[in-house]
Amino acid sequence: MTGRLIPREAGIHPPLFTPAYKTSVLRSPQRALIAFDSSPSEETGPTFGHMKLGALDNDLLLNYARPGTSAIGERIIVHGRLLDENNRPIPNALIEIWQANAGGRYRHKKDGYLAALDPDFGGCGRTITGEDGSYAFRTVKPGAYPWPNGPNEWRPAHIHFSIFGHSFGQRLISQMYFEGDPLIARCPIAQTIPDKAALDRLVAALDMSETKPMDAIAYRFDIVLRGHRQTHFENRPEGM
Amino acid sequence: MVQKFDKPILTPSQTAGPYVHIGLVPEACGIEDVPFETLGREIAGPEAKGDRIKITCRVVDGGDLPLRDCLVETWQADAAGIYPGQEGADPAVSGFGRMPADFTTGEITFETIKPGAIALSGDRKTPPHISFWIFARGINHGLHTRMYFPEDDLSGDPLLARIEHRDRIATMVAEATGPGEYRFEIRLQGAGETVFFDI
Ligand SMILES: [Fe+2]
Repeated sequence: MTGRLIPREAGIHPPLFTPAYKTSVLRSPQRALIAFDSSPSEETGPTFGHMKLGALDNDLLLNYARPGTSAIGERIIVHGRLLDENNRPIPNALIEIWQANAGGRYRHKKDGYLAALDPDFGGCGRTITGEDGSYAFRTVKPGAYPWPNGPNEWRPAHIHFSIFGHSFGQRLISQMYFEGDPLIARCPIAQTIPDKAALDRLVAALDMSETKPMDAIAYRFDIVLRGHRQTHFENRPEGM
Repeated sequence: MVQKFDKPILTPSQTAGPYVHIGLVPEACGIEDVPFETLGREIAGPEAKGDRIKITCRVVDGGDLPLRDCLVETWQADAAGIYPGQEGADPAVSGFGRMPADFTTGEITFETIKPGAIALSGDRKTPPHISFWIFARGINHGLHTRMYFPEDDLSGDPLLARIEHRDRIATMVAEATGPGEYRFEIRLQGAGETVFFDI
């Protein structure tokens, strides 16, 4: 699906300058972004549908674990569908995730939090969406962790998501939170999103229907990317 | 009352955070035995047609400090100006690059081929350019800009024509530093702030 991209709706994405999230202060442009109709440079994009995935690429319980063991923590399934804003599924699209372990510690040389590393948990996974836009990961629920934005600031449990549509202009990076977490309302990063309904989009719901009894709790997280304009009455020569 | 659109709300963006490397370039942050290979390493394979070029870039914050924890993704056409996936595209060009800044210097260096001019409607063309998408801790929504080449005539570009402050166009033009070598500095804020797009 290509063609002109629908302009981003105002008020959904966070502004770039959000002083309560201190790092944004020196990393945000002061000039207005230049808006423009999409062109082939934004309407095309890398595709990964042909990529050969390993059997455990979307299974963070096992993809870094030593043989015969699995990662420590609350076992969860995160699943959902990738759609565009016209409610159409986006198939064959790459979703990559990364997260802290159950104690809130990242396997990253710059993370010095005193929570222990789990030798059986790496913290990254990826998958390609199915024909109906569906995807699923198996992992552990990440722990909350402190960060130095304020004297006593804690990130709510979250999983980082990187998503490709079929157009470079659809590229999105975001974070998924968990239903019922009291830290979401206190988090300066989550609260960069001004619209309550938009922030709710990032909160995955407990999904008992996909929960595997005696095994793993499921959360459902649907993702919606920009869509392409319908082609009625398009004054546009072939090949654009 | 009117009919209600049944349109879902877009998923809002959040910062990639400081640990983005784990998911997107795991070997860069000290993860051994990475479960899978990193994407976007080869933008143009050895068989790709066109002039080979080398680009060094840096992303600098409003306090003049290079970002040492950012990632850059690039997207470009082949030497004929055709994007991968379009009919007739050079099969040796993936067009997609993903590069982390060096943890010490903040530098990002990559090799590719120079893209061709891109055909638009009618007989208009956009001069050769590489699209950049920059994300990091402190950036709430990926920043989109383009890198143009100093040797090209940019006067016919409809996108650049939209920019009212003409002196800002120079912020998107790389500097030639040698044969086939360019330097591109992306300034997030303040004097010489790079032009960023909402496209
Ligand atoms: Fe995080």
